[in-house]
Amino acid sequence: MTYLLRDVSTMTVRGLRLVSRDVDAIITAVLLPVIILLMFVLVFGGAVDIGTDYINYVTPGVILLAAGFGAANTALAVERDMSSGMVERLRSMPVTAWTVLSGHVAASLVKNLVTTAVVFGVSILMGFRPEATPLEWLAAVGMILLFVGWITWLAALVGVLVRSPDAAGGFSFFVMFLPYVSSAFVPVDTLPSWLRGFAEHQPVTPVIETVRSLLAGDVATVADPGGVAALAIIWCLGLGLLFAVSAGLAFRARR
Amino acid sequence: MAAIVTAEGLHKSFARRGSTSPPVLDGLDLELEEGAVLALLGPNGAGKTTTVRILSTLLRPDAGRATVAGFDVVRDARRVREIISLTGQQVAVDGKQTGAENLTMMGHLAHLPRRVVRDRVAELLTAFDLADAASRRVDTYSGGMRRRLDLAAGLLTRPRIMFLDEPTTGLDPRSRQALWDVVRAVVDEGTSVFLTTQYLEEADRLAQRVALVDGGRVAAEGTPAQLKRQVGEAGVELTFVSPADAGRVAPVLTAATVTAATVDGARVRVPTDGSVAHVRSVLSVVEATGVVPEHWEVRAPTLDDVFLALTGHVGQDRPARSAEVAA
Ligand SMILES: Nc1ncnc2c1ncn2[C@@H]1O[C@H](COP(=O)(O)OP(=O)(O)OP(=O)(O)O)[C@@H](O)[C@H]1O
Ligand SMILES: [Mg+2]
Repeated sequence: MTYLLRDVSTMTVRGLRLVSRDVDAIITAVLLPVIILLMFVLVFGGAVDIGTDYINYVTPGVILLAAGFGAANTALAVERDMSSGMVERLRSMPVTAWTVLSGHVAASLVKNLVTTAVVFGVSILMGFRPEATPLEWLAAVGMILLFVGWITWLAALVGVLVRSPDAAGGFSFFVMFLPYVSSAFVPVDTLPSWLRGFAEHQPVTPVIETVRSLLAGDVATVADPGGVAALAIIWCLGLGLLFAVSAGLAFRARR
Repeated sequence: MAAIVTAEGLHKSFARRGSTSPPVLDGLDLELEEGAVLALLGPNGAGKTTTVRILSTLLRPDAGRATVAGFDVVRDARRVREIISLTGQQVAVDGKQTGAENLTMMGHLAHLPRRVVRDRVAELLTAFDLADAASRRVDTYSGGMRRRLDLAAGLLTRPRIMFLDEPTTGLDPRSRQALWDVVRAVVDEGTSVFLTTQYLEEADRLAQRVALVDGGRVAAEGTPAQLKRQVGEAGVELTFVSPADAGRVAPVLTAATVTAATVDGARVRVPTDGSVAHVRSVLSVVEATGVVPEHWEVRAPTLDDVFLALTGHVGQDRPARSAEVAA
C-alpha cells in the first residue's frame, strides 16, 4: 500500500517531465484554444445573438474544448508507452497496471490546469468578464478538472487499445468535436431537433452549463444550476470510474 | 545444483484461426541452473523473444509450463516479478528524461531505498561509461548509449534472475566488453542470467550452457565447447582468383598437412587449431606452390556453421556477419 503511493508519485513525476518537455505539444495545447476563441468571438460572434456578450457565453465552452483536447493527448502518450519497450519492462516489475496509467492521468490534470489558466487569461484580455467569487472560481476549476479527469481516463483506455499513434491522434480529434454538439458554442435550442436530444443529454452539456453559471451567471441558460451541477459531477465521476477501471483491465489483458 | 528457471513443452502460436503458419514455440524445453548463465541462441524469428516474454510473465503460453524460482509464471506472476529483471530487445527508456532520471525512476519503481538508488545509479552510469551524459536527455544519446542505459536499468536491483534479450545487438566492441564484464560481476554476486543472442562468441564468453533454438524447439543444448566440437574446428580459408587455382593448391595442402583441405569454388579450407605455428605452416605450403591467394583468413565456427551442422539448414533472415578471426 505504501508502495502504491510511492509508485504513483514516481510515475506522476515522470508524466510531468514527459509533458513539460514536449514543447510542440504545449504550444499546440495553448495556441489551439486561443485560435478557436479568436475565431468564435471575431468570426461567429457577430452572427450569434444570444442577448449578451458572446465572449461571456463562449469562453467556458472553449475552455472545455481545450481541456478535452489536452486530455485526449494522453492517448498518444499511453500508446507511445505501449508500443515502446517501456510497458514491457514495467509489466515485468511488481508495479500495478493502474500505477503506470495514473502517472499519465495526474500529469494531464496538471498540464490542463496550466493551459486552462492561459486560455482564461487570453479571454479576459479579449473582454471576457467573469463575475465569480473566489469560491465560485474554485468550484469552476474543480468542475473542469473532473471533466479533464474522465476524458483523460478514456484517453488512457484508448491509448492501451489502439495499435498506432495515428489512431491515438484520431481520438483527440474526435474528443475535440464533442463540445460542438452541446451548448458550448450555441444554445441547445438552436440545434435541429434530432441533434438536440443528444446535445441535451451528453455529458459535456451539464459540465458547460455548470462552469458557465459559476463564472458568468448572467448568461446561464439553466433554471436549476444546482441540479445541473450534480448531474455534471455524477457524469464525470461515473465515466471517470468506468474508464479508469476499463483502462486498468485492458492494460492487464493486453499481452 | 537446482534449476532456477524451467520450461517444459512450451507452445505458443500467434496464428489466427484458419491460418496455416507454424507455431512460434513448438514444445520448447529448457533449464537454467541457479547461479549460471544460459544463452538461447537462434536466428531472427526463432522464438527467442517469445520465450523470454513467457518466462518473464508478459505472455501466456498456449500449452506447457514454466517456473521461475519454483513459481509458476502464469499463476504466480506477481511473485516472479519480484525476483526477476527484464531487459527486452526493445530499448525501454524515455527520450524526454535524462539518463540519470530514467535510472532513478526505475530504482524507485523497484522499491529500493532512496539512498541505494542514488548510489547504484551513479555506480551504473560510470560502469556503462555514461557518467558524462548522465544529465543529458536521452533524446540526444546515440543508439549505443541508449542501449547501455537500458541495460543499466535492468541492473538496478540485484535480481535473482536476469533476462537479457539480445543485450549487445548494436553495441560496439568496447561497450559489448563492458556489458560482459558487468554480467560476469552480477553472476559472481549470485544472479542467474538468461540471455538470448545471435552471436556464438557472446554465448561462448558468458554462458555455461547454450541452447540452440530452431523451429520452436531446442535443437541442441550443451556447453559452448560441446557445441563447437559438434560443429568442427576453426579453419584457414584461402580465396583464389579462380577455381582452377584452388584445385591446384588443395591437393598439395592435403598432402602436406595431415587433414583434408576442402574446395568450394575458388575457396580452399583447411581445419586448424588456430595456433601461430599451424597457421604459418599452412601458409608456407601455399607460398611454396607459387599460387598467390587473393585473400585469406582464419575463421572460427560461426552461428551459420553451428546452424548448418546441427539443424541441417541455415537459419533465415539473419544479418550477414563478418567472419571472425580466432584468437
Ligand atoms: N505479438 C505477436 N503477434 C504475432 N506474431 C508474433 C508476435 N510476437 C512474435 N511473433 C512472431 O513470432 C515469431 C518469433 O518471434 P520472436 O520475436 O520470438 O523471434 P526472435 O527469436 O526473438 O527473433 P529476433 O532475433 O528477430 O529478435 C516471428 O515470426 C514473429 O513474427
Ligand atoms: Mg527477439
